[in-house]
Amino acid sequence: MTRLPIPVRAVLLAALLTLGSVAAPAPALAVNPDEMLPDPALEARARDISKHLRCLVCQNQSIDDSDAGLAKDLRVLVRERIKAGDSNDEVIAFIVDRYGDYVLLNPPVKKSTIVLWAGPGIVAVLGLLALFLFFRKRRGMTIASAQAPLSAEERARLAKILDGDQK
Amino acid sequence: MIAELGHYALALALFVAIVQATLPLIGAHRGDAAWMALARPAALCQFLLVAVAFGCLTHLYITSDFSVLNVAQNSHTDKPLIYKISGVWGNHEGSMLLWVLILALFGSAVAAFGANLPPSLRARVLSVQALIAVGFYLFILMTSNPFDRLIPAPPNGNDLNPLLQDPGLAIHPPMLYLGYVGFSMAFSFAIAALIEGRVDAAWARWVRPWTLAAWAFLTAGIGLGSWWAYYELGWGGWWYWDPVENASFMPWLAGTALLHSATVVEKRDTLKGWTILLAIITFSMSLLGTFLVRSGVLTSVHAFATDPARGVFILVLLIIVIGGSLALYAWRGPQLVSTGLFQPISREGGLLFNNLVMATATAVVLLGTLYPLLLDAVDGGKVSVGPPFFNAVFIPIMIPMIVVMAIGPLLSWKRGDWRAAVVRLWPAMIAAAIGAVGAWALVTDGPFLGIVGMALAAWLAVGTLVELAERVRLFREPMGRSLSRLTRQPRASWGMTLAHFGLAVTIAGMTGAGAWVKESIQVMAPGDTVTLSGYEFRFDGARQGTGPNYATTLGHFTVFKDGREIVQLTPEKRVYNVSGTPTTEAGIDSLFSGDIYAVVGDRGTAPSGKPGFVTRLYFNPLVAWMWAGLMIMVAGGALSLTDRRHRVGAPTRSTSAAPAAAGAD
Amino acid sequence: MYLLPLVLFAVLAVYFAVGLTKDPKIIPSALIDKPAPTFDLPTIPGRKGDGFSTADLKKGQVSVVNVFASWCVPCRAEHPYINKLAEMGIVPVYGLNYKDTPDAALNWLRNLGDNYTAVGADISGRVGIDWGVYGVPETFIVDGKGRIRYKQTGPIVGDMLETKILPLIRAIQGGSQ
Repeated sequence: MTRLPIPVRAVLLAALLTLGSVAAPAPALAVNPDEMLPDPALEARARDISKHLRCLVCQNQSIDDSDAGLAKDLRVLVRERIKAGDSNDEVIAFIVDRYGDYVLLNPPVKKSTIVLWAGPGIVAVLGLLALFLFFRKRRGMTIASAQAPLSAEERARLAKILDGDQK
Repeated sequence: MIAELGHYALALALFVAIVQATLPLIGAHRGDAAWMALARPAALCQFLLVAVAFGCLTHLYITSDFSVLNVAQNSHTDKPLIYKISGVWGNHEGSMLLWVLILALFGSAVAAFGANLPPSLRARVLSVQALIAVGFYLFILMTSNPFDRLIPAPPNGNDLNPLLQDPGLAIHPPMLYLGYVGFSMAFSFAIAALIEGRVDAAWARWVRPWTLAAWAFLTAGIGLGSWWAYYELGWGGWWYWDPVENASFMPWLAGTALLHSATVVEKRDTLKGWTILLAIITFSMSLLGTFLVRSGVLTSVHAFATDPARGVFILVLLIIVIGGSLALYAWRGPQLVSTGLFQPISREGGLLFNNLVMATATAVVLLGTLYPLLLDAVDGGKVSVGPPFFNAVFIPIMIPMIVVMAIGPLLSWKRGDWRAAVVRLWPAMIAAAIGAVGAWALVTDGPFLGIVGMALAAWLAVGTLVELAERVRLFREPMGRSLSRLTRQPRASWGMTLAHFGLAVTIAGMTGAGAWVKESIQVMAPGDTVTLSGYEFRFDGARQGTGPNYATTLGHFTVFKDGREIVQLTPEKRVYNVSGTPTTEAGIDSLFSGDIYAVVGDRGTAPSGKPGFVTRLYFNPLVAWMWAGLMIMVAGGALSLTDRRHRVGAPTRSTSAAPAAAGAD
Repeated sequence: MYLLPLVLFAVLAVYFAVGLTKDPKIIPSALIDKPAPTFDLPTIPGRKGDGFSTADLKKGQVSVVNVFASWCVPCRAEHPYINKLAEMGIVPVYGLNYKDTPDAALNWLRNLGDNYTAVGADISGRVGIDWGVYGVPETFIVDGKGRIRYKQTGPIVGDMLETKILPLIRAIQGGSQ
């Protein structure tokens, strides 16, 4: 099958089909009307939760986007938990208990992800620091070059210019 | 026979590339004109040979020669001709062949149009280009030969993945590769400059057209991929922060930084070391993308059919190319002396800030993309890094850049006056306020980010126009004078204006499509209506049909606004014969205010009890702005390319070390 | 300063090299060393024998739970090895028939052999979710106290039974008795 560097939902689906084993025959669309909760507020919560849970068999989609069988089961489960009165956090904890942090598309801040979450800030600070040092060094250079005596090359050029003027 | 010819041509190309990679390089070192002169014919010959190989594979696809494994795995006799052709690059082996074809194309372009380049620089550039090519030829010939035979030949092929049988995706990979591989030119120029120990304004001007072209192609390629995802996948999404998408986005970010820093080198003879590094990083990101996609180290699809040998091979290639160039940089970089000085608040300062943000953004996307791999490598467990993470960190990084983007071009070189620039931007401030209030008033229940996004888009769009007005001294001089100034603006300046304006339009589109989507999912029986964002969708039923290699369910919708018919939509749900894979083809009508988007699914029972179909209906506000903005950006890049000053090889290097073009603007 | 990019890349390259040896598709179970989920499933309708419930796993002996389905292609390749393991009689081997239709499952077992100590029919897939099942086949080793000690994702084929599963079973048996 294909190995193209394309935004690969397509190929993800293809992989799913090739692996075959992971899911029973899937419906064509992700969220289906028969799964949805009648109460729009609860349904909106379910959609929001689903968007943050990873579909395990399709690897890079949320269960809200995926038409895999397991994704559907999890969507239904999320809605059942909501109906049973769980808070959003409780629903997510229910799924995490079974599948681990791996299902969270938004990785929780903990020891193993500290580099991930702190990384962008560290990179930005280092970048700003480099910028600051760059300008400080440059300022030093300006002052230094303003005060330094002329180099031999500069003297030669100056002499040439002066000579030229005299001619 | 044709397959063997293609294979043979590819092997010959390898040998030509080996010659091209060595002799001219040695010649340049020794000052031997004859050896240096070898580079040009070699580059042309190499391109010719790869073109023959590529032509052979294309021929095998068109004639459905299933005695070739690659064709049997990815094609089928019933497939329409265009997808037989696009099937050539719709798989690993064929896409690698496309990769080297484009690599050789760029090399031969330097050979053909680089007459004004100093012979030693040209020889070195072409040698470096050929060095990269040697690595990829070896990779193809040793691990991914598209010409392998399959004996006995099967009666028919496995077909191309139906999701790839789409006009958008047929041209998406070539565009993307023109971008990825195009950055190899900047890389080769950077390595040649490091070897020569010389980077000056003329060098920056030689590099610029190649970088611009690659950037424009990559922008178009990413846009096409995103557009395809939007209409083909059936849920209106357009960007997922998938590792493979990120693999194309990172070179774009780094390449954008490179474009801007190269300007500083050209105009002000400074930031040389940094620009060289960016050129190396940009192409390294392209190579890294190849590694990530084809080695199976990340959870991407590709993992399932990956040959570990390929991953190892690409990693070794990566270490040689990236490691080697960075080592060269560590060795020769300190010798690059920058002379131009500038204050933090200046045009250079603004461009440097762009570089800081783009480099940070590249690093952040890289970190997020690689983190699952890094953590797993130290047995730290499995983690997912998805869109919520990227949105949370990427957007805040971009906001200050958009703010500065309007200010920077108004600052003068060397030392700018930010107060004066901000004062002149009063129309942009008013526009930003209108954008924010308008967004807040029109979409009362939208997220806060929507308001920020519209304010930024308005700020940047009007700020860009203010800068243009300043440049032609609008209202400061008689209108006629301003107009004549407008027509005399260099095309490169127009390119900048267009690219920045295009980004503003794209931001507006992304904001609308990201923050304010309206969606409705239900079962509809014929005659049922659903109203969404003021548009009334009437489902008129669905009928069965057949295509060349698929069966289809064609839904039919009529959309009304205020009782008036606006458009008829015919979304499809296809099932492809060979693989049985279903695909959705959304029915879309693009309006200025947004897209009306309908998808039809399986049969179901409507709430009324009547039989019907599952339907998903969307109103995606401003989504067309996103593609329009990207097209404007690409147009800006293309226009800039036609600038006299950027014409390939146009500038000649001045003999003095002084910046040749310092006062050109 | 100029050396920094090279150093960073070198570090990254080492990670890549290690990364190439790992399979990103295998997700470790969140349930290792946790009690097996609570469930009580009837057997496949039409199959003789018992259903399968949590109580079966708490009888003081190490047991193996094999998740399978008739629609799962790799399960077919794996099944002879599962039969072999069951025939050895070292451990009871329970089957969890995941999201299957009874007729297809019965047919499949008739053709390929049914040596399971007991089979639970998880038609809705809900018990599978409690077990953290995501890719069939999956095989769990549960100790005598009913705690999940090991999970194998993907088929057990080739010499995996001898080199991996049996040593693990023996180790857990040795540890818990």
